[in-house]
Amino acid sequence: MSPEGDPLRAALPSSRGEPRVCPYLMAGFPEPEATADLLLAAEAGGGAVIELGIPHSDPLADGPTIQAAGRLALSRGMTSRIALAQVAQARSRGLRVPVVCMTYLNPVAQFGLEEFCQAAAAAGVDGVLVPDLPLEEMDGLGRAASRAGLALCTMVAPTTPDERLALAAARASGFVYCVSRTGVTGAGEPTEGAGLLERVRALSDRPLVLGFGVRRRSQVVSLAGLADGVAVGSRIVEAAGGEAPAAAVRDVVAELCGR
Amino acid sequence: MNGPGRLIVTSPPSRGRYGEFGGSFVPETVVPALQELEAAAVEALGDPLFLAEFYGLEAGYAGRPTPLHHARRLSERVGRPVWLKREDLLHTGAHKLNNALGQLLLAKRMGKHRIVAETGAGQHGLATATACALLGMECVVYMGREDMRRQAVNVAKMELLGARVEPVGDPAATLKDATSEAIRYWVTNVRDTHYVIGSVVGPHPYPWLVRTLQSVIGSEARAQMLELAGRLPEVVIASVGGGSNAMGIFAAFLPDAEVQLLGVEAGGRGPQPGAHGASLGLGTPGVLHGSRSYILQDPDGQVLPTHSISAGLDYPGVGPEHANLKATGRASYVALDDRQALEAFHLLTRLEGIIPALESSHAMAAALRLPADGGPILVCLSGRGDKDLETVLGRESA
Repeated sequence: MSPEGDPLRAALPSSRGEPRVCPYLMAGFPEPEATADLLLAAEAGGGAVIELGIPHSDPLADGPTIQAAGRLALSRGMTSRIALAQVAQARSRGLRVPVVCMTYLNPVAQFGLEEFCQAAAAAGVDGVLVPDLPLEEMDGLGRAASRAGLALCTMVAPTTPDERLALAAARASGFVYCVSRTGVTGAGEPTEGAGLLERVRALSDRPLVLGFGVRRRSQVVSLAGLADGVAVGSRIVEAAGGEAPAAAVRDVVAELCGR
Repeated sequence: MNGPGRLIVTSPPSRGRYGEFGGSFVPETVVPALQELEAAAVEALGDPLFLAEFYGLEAGYAGRPTPLHHARRLSERVGRPVWLKREDLLHTGAHKLNNALGQLLLAKRMGKHRIVAETGAGQHGLATATACALLGMECVVYMGREDMRRQAVNVAKMELLGARVEPVGDPAATLKDATSEAIRYWVTNVRDTHYVIGSVVGPHPYPWLVRTLQSVIGSEARAQMLELAGRLPEVVIASVGGGSNAMGIFAAFLPDAEVQLLGVEAGGRGPQPGAHGASLGLGTPGVLHGSRSYILQDPDGQVLPTHSISAGLDYPGVGPEHANLKATGRASYVALDDRQALEAFHLLTRLEGIIPALESSHAMAAALRLPADGGPILVCLSGRGDKDLETVLGRESA
């Protein structure tokens, strides 16, 4: 694929150096209409790829911080359609970095797999990641994403055996998201990340993004040569929940990037 | 009848599918554990030594077979024979122990020493805590704050048995939230922990595994009907929250095409969104807690709140095999409301001297509404009502 056809690889070049920072935002948190501002702020801080969470009532892979943000977003009327409209608005205001939507199967299934992928691509989304859609069940979403020109990202965990790692790598047209430890998003050190990254690297040339439990600059630095990107979620969501969310998000992302 | 009924052991459905329902939609971290669980369950259920240990505990510890009671005064009232499968007499007071004992024996065999469970009414949590005490395993139970309030006695019992009961969510939190939190705990501790789900819900292989372990109810009841009533029932009725007592009793009658199967969901306060737990009756297909089934959701795929006077039926999803039985027409499902369940609660208490659980009262309420002059009705009396006295008395003095 050419760099233009593979925006996630272009944004997350494979290098021996420090991984790029991939900030996670919860769409609709703290307000539905604040999402476009926060996307632009995350880019301004130095985010290379933005993961945009679309809230779900039952987020099985998320810890307390992201659960609470999603609950608040839903209570304020956030929907998948508003989230995509906010991406489109951010694009019209100059957002350039790739955006990957991260949500759960049921909201996407109710939207319609095909309809969701088409609407997301039209809004300026580049990829999609659905943590509760296992590799064996990805055919439908994979076809819909491919027809819409969206990259399908897959997820692997420290408990994933090598044969499934190979499947995850083969399935991914976007990045492979490597979960840094058994657990949910948020608290806890990413203790199993390095080992997992080495195992996936041996099997895949896709960009590798490490996530879960990363919240400090020193952790980003320590992953140099291992990961191409590092996802930071709860720390950014906390910043978005405080005073002056856009400035706070920009500053936290800049700090993580070492700017 | 001598000894407990036999398990009805089938092969696990391919990819966990029941028609268009079922499957396994969970984060990757636990996918390998589910595959390992399926393989271990198939192996164990084919091992005479495992089955002998299970049947031994069911007979000597849990109290199987449970009786089949011919409810004569109730039969007069209904106008046709009513038979009650007395799961309320099982140790800990409900059918839940069948599943907990079976899954704990399996967990031990798999070398997992810690158990996590969710509970709604507290009966599954109590059964799991009990089996953990018996088998010497560590036990963590997640329970919604609303359920902890209305089932305080079961909370106290679980703690006495050595379980750690973890409160979940906001003050209104119930079984759905407890299940999500138990799954998160499992995702975090999957290497040494087995998740004992309490109903025929969740990702494959749980719906199949729990149905298999609960099929003792159906195989006993079927044999007892033939022995005591001299024939099969015309209708089998059971309450359906997640649907484990119903699937357990239905399992034995699925091949008997002439036997009608009737599941009873929680009608709550009425059919408006948030006021009931009638996933099959009023829900739409969607994915919740790892499987595709009927769920109560809004058009954006967000799961709706539920209500039932019965904590065990207060759940926005239902087992995928029930969804398929509804789709194929092999079983039918109705919803009866809080008031109708309470009426049945009192009627059974006065006519038969049996105080039923509010879950089972929903099944009783359906029996009361069947036309007179038919063949025998078999009702799964899934649990006893001691745990619900405060709810019933509190509501009536309010």
